[in-house]
Amino acid sequence: MLNLIVSRIAQMFFLLIGISFIVFMSMHFAPGDPARIIGGPTATESDITNIRISLGLDQPVLIQYKDYLLGVLQGDLGYSYQTNESVNEAIATRFPNTLNLAIASMIVAIIIGVFAGVISALKQNTWLDVFTTTGALAGISIPNFWLGTILILIFAVNLQWLPAGQLTAPFWTVEGMKQLILPAITLGTGSAALIARMTRSSMLEVVRSDYVRTARAKGVKEKVVVFVHCMRNAMIPVITVIGMNFGFLLGGTIITEQVFAINGVGRLMIDAIANRDFPMVQGSVLLVASLFVIVNLIVDIVYAFIDPRISYD
Amino acid sequence: MTTQTVSAKSIKNVEKESVFKDTFKRILKNKLAVVGLVIISIQVLLAIFAPLLTSYAPDTQNLSARELPIGSEGHWLGTDNHGRDMWSRIVYGARISILVGIGSVGLGLLGGVVLGLLSGYYRKLDGIIMRLMDLLFAFPGILLAMLIIAILGTSLVNVVIAISIWSIPNCARIVRGSVLSTKKEEYILAQRSLGSSDRRIMFKHILPNITAPIIVFATMRMATAILSTSALSYLGLGAQPPTPEWGAMIAAGQDYMWTSPHMTIVPGIAIMLVVFAFNVVGDGLRDALDPNMDLN
Repeated sequence: MLNLIVSRIAQMFFLLIGISFIVFMSMHFAPGDPARIIGGPTATESDITNIRISLGLDQPVLIQYKDYLLGVLQGDLGYSYQTNESVNEAIATRFPNTLNLAIASMIVAIIIGVFAGVISALKQNTWLDVFTTTGALAGISIPNFWLGTILILIFAVNLQWLPAGQLTAPFWTVEGMKQLILPAITLGTGSAALIARMTRSSMLEVVRSDYVRTARAKGVKEKVVVFVHCMRNAMIPVITVIGMNFGFLLGGTIITEQVFAINGVGRLMIDAIANRDFPMVQGSVLLVASLFVIVNLIVDIVYAFIDPRISYD
Repeated sequence: MTTQTVSAKSIKNVEKESVFKDTFKRILKNKLAVVGLVIISIQVLLAIFAPLLTSYAPDTQNLSARELPIGSEGHWLGTDNHGRDMWSRIVYGARISILVGIGSVGLGLLGGVVLGLLSGYYRKLDGIIMRLMDLLFAFPGILLAMLIIAILGTSLVNVVIAISIWSIPNCARIVRGSVLSTKKEEYILAQRSLGSSDRRIMFKHILPNITAPIIVFATMRMATAILSTSALSYLGLGAQPPTPEWGAMIAAGQDYMWTSPHMTIVPGIAIMLVVFAFNVVGDGLRDALDPNMDLN
């Protein structure tokens, strides 16, 4: 187990270096001269040369990358070309909103997904099963930005039950939770559908297994069979799906933040792409991709812990 | 001797036919997949015959007929804030969505299949190619596409390129897995001992035998491609106005949610139906071709 963890962490380290390289090079080859962007339309040629020297842009690209990487390792992501704001600060103020949204969506997705999947498997081939599986397919197919807009129209505008986004209150307050509900449902629906499908197929497999039949034959109560005997084994693949989905939810926040005007890392990234603010794009993409890799690593390790049959050799 | 050749040929034909027929028959038994096939057929017909099915061009403005509701005379799906006919925009949007889907999935398959074949066939290349793919896998969901658009600039063509690059690692992994199991088969060994070139073995003998997972992947990927294109256009990173792209239409409709909700609702339903259709057909194909197929 220790070997597994060490080798996975070593792999992750190289992956993170690779990610930083890709992100840096993408920005380097993107059209638009950063010095001209910073200098603005009125800058003279000598101004631009000065800016280039002060930013180290006159150096060969690999030296620039080395400097950037050293900065990142020391926790310095650079400064915005547009506002001169520190990228670290810009991300630090917005990241909590993104994380809250991702966690809330995950909770919504797990509750709906596992519940729907278990019901669907236990009532296989009934109208309830058909309804749930079709619903899950619809959940995968629904564009979440559209779902968000429709939810705002129904629950915020017409019924006026919930606020239409913007996470202004802390999430532990009633107001904060209310603000999270619609964005969390919007973002969590797709994952809920995937979790439901995985739970259903996994439960169906376990329900048919010999040890469950034995348990039933012994006269164990149905509730105990379902919740103790079946769930325990059926949840193993579901946990992987949940873990992998958390990473995707982090990526998905980009769109949901835009729909609900939430001040998060995703919106920061979209604005930065539109403004060609490369340090901001680099910083936010690097953060989200790194988190994604780290979450996947944790899922891998947890998976090996809960299922001793798994070997990664 | 002649009879033998003839009979061998006819057996081959019968086999080919029966595999195709068999798959088709099995799909027809799956009610959801049939619904999906019908939706996709409708979309393709709309896309091909768009000019014949609409009375207005998708970008013709009529400022005296702005924001007409659904069921208005001459505009059965209403009009948008510029007085453009919603039905025309939806129909031409169907054309864009199917073209973008085919374009990005096609390009992604091209890259993915070649890399997957090389990686599965040559052990020496396997490590490098798969580590590269791992690197691309490290970007969650739409993020990689966004990064590529940041380099290339915002346009629908760049979205196609971005989504195709995003599709490559998934495709390469599936193809590699299939190649690894297929290349151990005896008929491949036989080809090798006959002295066939690597290229011939890869493209003439392995590739035709691993089409099932590729077809399923492509169908499912159409759903992702169409959904992602609309999402990127919604974010303003893809199709630009006045292009009648469904995601861009939703973004434009949002400002008129209170007065003309149909501007948002109609294109959303269009996206959902099409993505649903490709998903269920993909599911159906997987079950029909090989129930044990592992796409992960």
